[in-house]
Amino acid sequence: MPMNGYYGFYHDNLTRRGRLMIQQALNALQLGSIYALIALGYSMVYGVLRLINFAHGDIFMVGSYIALYFAVKLNLGAPLTVLATMAAAAFLGVLIERIAYRPLRSAPRVSAVITALGVGIFLETFTLAVVGPQPQAFPELLPKIIYKFDGIRTSSTQLTIILLSFVLMVALDQFVQRTRTGMAMRALSWDLHLVSLMGVDIDRIVSITFALGTSLAAVAGIFVGLAYPVIDPYMGIMVGWKAFIAAVVGGIGSVRGAMAGGYILGAIEILAVANLPSTYRDMIAFAILLFILLVKPSGFFGSPVSKKV
Amino acid sequence: MNQPLLQVDGLKLAYGQIIALHEVSFEVAKGEIVTLIGANGAGKSSTLRAVSRLLPPLAGTIVFDGHDLTKLAPHELIGLGIAHVPEGRGIFGNLTVRENLLLATFQRNDWDGINADIERVFSLFPRLRERIEQSSTTLSGGEQQMLAVGRALMMRAKLLLLDEPSMGLAPILVKEIFRIIVELNKQGATVLLVEQNANMALKISQRAYVLENGRIVKTGSAADLRQSPDIRKAYLGDD
Repeated sequence: MPMNGYYGFYHDNLTRRGRLMIQQALNALQLGSIYALIALGYSMVYGVLRLINFAHGDIFMVGSYIALYFAVKLNLGAPLTVLATMAAAAFLGVLIERIAYRPLRSAPRVSAVITALGVGIFLETFTLAVVGPQPQAFPELLPKIIYKFDGIRTSSTQLTIILLSFVLMVALDQFVQRTRTGMAMRALSWDLHLVSLMGVDIDRIVSITFALGTSLAAVAGIFVGLAYPVIDPYMGIMVGWKAFIAAVVGGIGSVRGAMAGGYILGAIEILAVANLPSTYRDMIAFAILLFILLVKPSGFFGSPVSKKV
Repeated sequence: MNQPLLQVDGLKLAYGQIIALHEVSFEVAKGEIVTLIGANGAGKSSTLRAVSRLLPPLAGTIVFDGHDLTKLAPHELIGLGIAHVPEGRGIFGNLTVRENLLLATFQRNDWDGINADIERVFSLFPRLRERIEQSSTTLSGGEQQMLAVGRALMMRAKLLLLDEPSMGLAPILVKEIFRIIVELNKQGATVLLVEQNANMALKISQRAYVLENGRIVKTGSAADLRQSPDIRKAYLGDD
């Protein structure tokens, strides 16, 4: 310790804490953005179909591999890779709904949930068969620039993740709030059958919902590839669960809830990692799930389950 | 009678093993108000749901304006001009009043016309204008019924299927709702009405059909049915 007087020490300590807080906030925003993007898909699909799409985490993983293919094999460049990956993932989501979930629309929900688990395992094993079990390096789509301000460290990747996620979420929120398709999505969560009396093709709205959810999950897949630059066929399992927790914390079925839940879970995890042994991180996430289910099952933004007039 | 706008023939419908409708046949001519009366469980709502394709019939034909409705999906009926105001009104409680009205224009893109129709709904139901940005769960039962009828207006319906529009409303609101049904009919809408309030319904209808246990047991002009002793005893509360 340098021969500082008391005041100097106090002053240094404060700015160190301040810097640490900003650093952790940036890390929390990055992780939270990724959780939020994935959580939106869980929440929207649950909103319209009352289905927990347990394959959603694996769609996120497939999104990573699709992006890897577009970026490395086709050499598309960053903007085109993102757009093409979103389109391909949207197509995959629509296809899965069409083949696996639509025939079970009026079946008991437990059948659909088991199907969703099956679809998820299929996606994992299919990817495993195609690309093999070795983790693969994800390319740097953007020139990676490290920024350091007064001890705070961030990067072009981190800032891109935070800002682009925010832009996508605001766009989605406006779509859901302002367009008639968005109104139809919300109306479906109130009553699936009545919506057709308004002239709305329910199947089309369900397809759009899946397309939006899976394309956002694929963007999250790209972000994870950029931030932690290794991907593997099982990366969707734990991240998928965490995003599901985020959706439940926010109130599953609610778009804004999923966003808030993602950021809340991101912040809690970063705080846990910073202050506790890192092995506690997942345990804390699941403890939060159990706690929320116990005390506020509808989440922070969810409406109570009973909704029929 | 003119060529009927809606013609239903030999409609048969079941919920699992339970037959809800046996051979139900009826027709509605353009410009008419026709009522289906009957007790709870007689099959009135099932008939409307079959017409609007919410329930698949086991047998029978439903022809509207030359189109075979049994070949269409529910959302395609709007394009033909059929609006169904379901029992319990079918308001989306998580949407605002404005959003409920806009959702009903899902298949339209004539924004001038849509805005004009919203104005028309508000001039018919001024109370809805005050509540335009409110969540529709905050509406009273009468206001919800106004919103449900308003949505049908937004669809520019030629045929209105109204399921128990007076249910749960105070007498003064029942009168108001029936007044508006007559008004819409004068403006050109054909109406197929299902009502337990047979007295009011028969007053505004030209013709009626009486449903009992999934069968049509009686039909005639509304005026005749109001005079019929059986009907008076069973549905109009006479001893």
